[in-house]
Amino acid sequence: MSRRFIPKVVTGNDLIEGDVVYLTADDRWTRHHHEAELIEDEAHAQMRLLHGAAQKLVVVGAYLADAKAGPNGPEPVHFREEFRTRGPSNYKHGKQVDLAQ
Amino acid sequence: MYSYSEFDEAFIRARVAQFSQQVERRLDGSLTEDEFRPLRLMNGLYLQLHAYMLRVAIPYGTLNPNQMRQLAHIAETWDKGYGHFTTRQNIQFNWPKLKDVPAILQALADVGMHAIQTSGNCVRNVTADHFAGAAADEIEDPRPVAELLRQWSTDHPEFQFLPRKFKIAITGSPNDRAVTRAHDIGLRMVRNAAGEPGFEVMVGGGLGRTPMIAHTVRDFLPKADLLPYVEAVLSVYNTLGRRDNKYKARIKITVHETGKEEIARLIEERFAELRPLFGGNDQNLLAEIEDAFAPPAFRNAPVDAYDAFYKADPTFRAWADTNLTAHRNAQYAIVTISLKAHGETPGDATADQMRLIADLAERYGHSDLRISHEQNVILPHVHKSDLPTIHAALSQAGLATANVGLISDIIACPGMDYCALATARSIPIAQQIATRFKELDLEHEVGPLKIKISGCINACGHHHVGHIGILGLDRAGVENYQITLGGDGTETAAIGEKTGPGFAYDDIVPAIERIVRAYLDLRQEPGETFLDAYRRVGAAPFKAALYDTEGEQDAA
Repeated sequence: MSRRFIPKVVTGNDLIEGDVVYLTADDRWTRHHHEAELIEDEAHAQMRLLHGAAQKLVVVGAYLADAKAGPNGPEPVHFREEFRTRGPSNYKHGKQVDLAQ
Repeated sequence: MYSYSEFDEAFIRARVAQFSQQVERRLDGSLTEDEFRPLRLMNGLYLQLHAYMLRVAIPYGTLNPNQMRQLAHIAETWDKGYGHFTTRQNIQFNWPKLKDVPAILQALADVGMHAIQTSGNCVRNVTADHFAGAAADEIEDPRPVAELLRQWSTDHPEFQFLPRKFKIAITGSPNDRAVTRAHDIGLRMVRNAAGEPGFEVMVGGGLGRTPMIAHTVRDFLPKADLLPYVEAVLSVYNTLGRRDNKYKARIKITVHETGKEEIARLIEERFAELRPLFGGNDQNLLAEIEDAFAPPAFRNAPVDAYDAFYKADPTFRAWADTNLTAHRNAQYAIVTISLKAHGETPGDATADQMRLIADLAERYGHSDLRISHEQNVILPHVHKSDLPTIHAALSQAGLATANVGLISDIIACPGMDYCALATARSIPIAQQIATRFKELDLEHEVGPLKIKISGCINACGHHHVGHIGILGLDRAGVENYQITLGGDGTETAAIGEKTGPGFAYDDIVPAIERIVRAYLDLRQEPGETFLDAYRRVGAAPFKAALYDTEGEQDAA
């Protein structure tokens, strides 16, 4: 038996701003992790990654990141992805303030 | 200080124009990311975790006040009001937007600066002793040679696609403050039996996943032979260096696999071919550059004000004791401005701080500024009578922390707070250690102790040569910190030894505290530094302090 597939989100960085973005189920790029499409099927994940990576004027370096379902939508699994949802820990910069405004 | 020639100016402007067009073509879709990426990296533009990052070269760590002001202007206009000085004497801006980068590069070009060759498999910014031209122990100012190397290596057609990046460090002093033994080429100025200055040439040093101390391939190289000799080293490396495996592509691996004797022989053989091709123009150019680095007109004035303040003001005295270094002119001092205020990010300066430093350099420092690989700013030439005024001005701006060389003067890479390669955070660990030892009020009692922190195995934070090194790793999805002890980045260079299993994020600061307390318990006298003590007793007592406590807690 193959191992159980860990759900994914498609993420990358915005071409102009550099900010972290996530692909939604309705084909938008959002700044919020919890708005991302949580992909639970491996083949579908590959399709969505291809779809995201093809948008070369919007996003840079699209990849699949592990995620899990949470009460408000997908949540990151790994600490690196968690940091990407909020910004650096030494200053209140990045999403932790930009998204709060 | 050296000013750019018409040639440099034209080259940089042309590059800005090229890159501006490349950005335009990326934004309109004519260039794909795969095509654009190498172009942006050639111009110092990285994509990090949360944003782009622009790495600006500060050749051999030397800046003038106008350049520093321009960095402040860039920080305020296109970034978030601060800049991060790096362990390679450069500055990084962490939040530029792609569309603004051409304007930033234009602003840099206006003051003779750029971001060229701060990335890619080429010769990177040549680093130098940050006390160059000022240190009391110096044979000669190494910066003219560093500038010659910069001109020679910039856009050098043979060396734009080396197997891997290539870093050269140079010092004019026998006391090595430039970590020359941990560079691809290290150059240390020495005198021969006739008293002539030349260089000990060391090749194949490096940190990263395979840390190695460089081998000396020439004990004494006459100054006039330097450029053909360095070209010979590059040439041999370019031919032999491995392009099949990124992790084995640095010259340290080439030296390791080829053998020290054989590498030296190949270099000498290539040097014999190249030497006659250098007809002396390089030496004419060097002579011109040397004129540009003529020492400033030192003032001759009483230093009573300094002596009086030193006696009367304990805060000033503490700062003078840690942050000043002997200048070759006895009336002068070298001032290290600490960018390590307790709890702040190592190496960061706000735009206001940069402007203040620029003003002080202009008014009291012969308009000379340096960035050290230890992420501090240096005023290399300050008359002692001006020190009280400078100290007062620095105090107002949060820049008078008296901790240079002490436990809170930590160097740390950006780590996973910014860097896309990082496996763990470094900055918060540095902040917490500094804060903890301030609470304990122990750092002056502990004395000289260098802690260096890297957030991944690539070792930008030089952890291998820290007296205490900390390496942040990802262990099964959790941040974990490995400790090394006994590293040394000076002329007695050594790679630190691992103590054993790593520590979790919340446990690393207490672990460091246990090491320091063990040192205080076992040192023979206050003058025995941590590194001396470690060399005397070895790792065992420190390992016991690190790991035995868990057992005691269980037993209790």
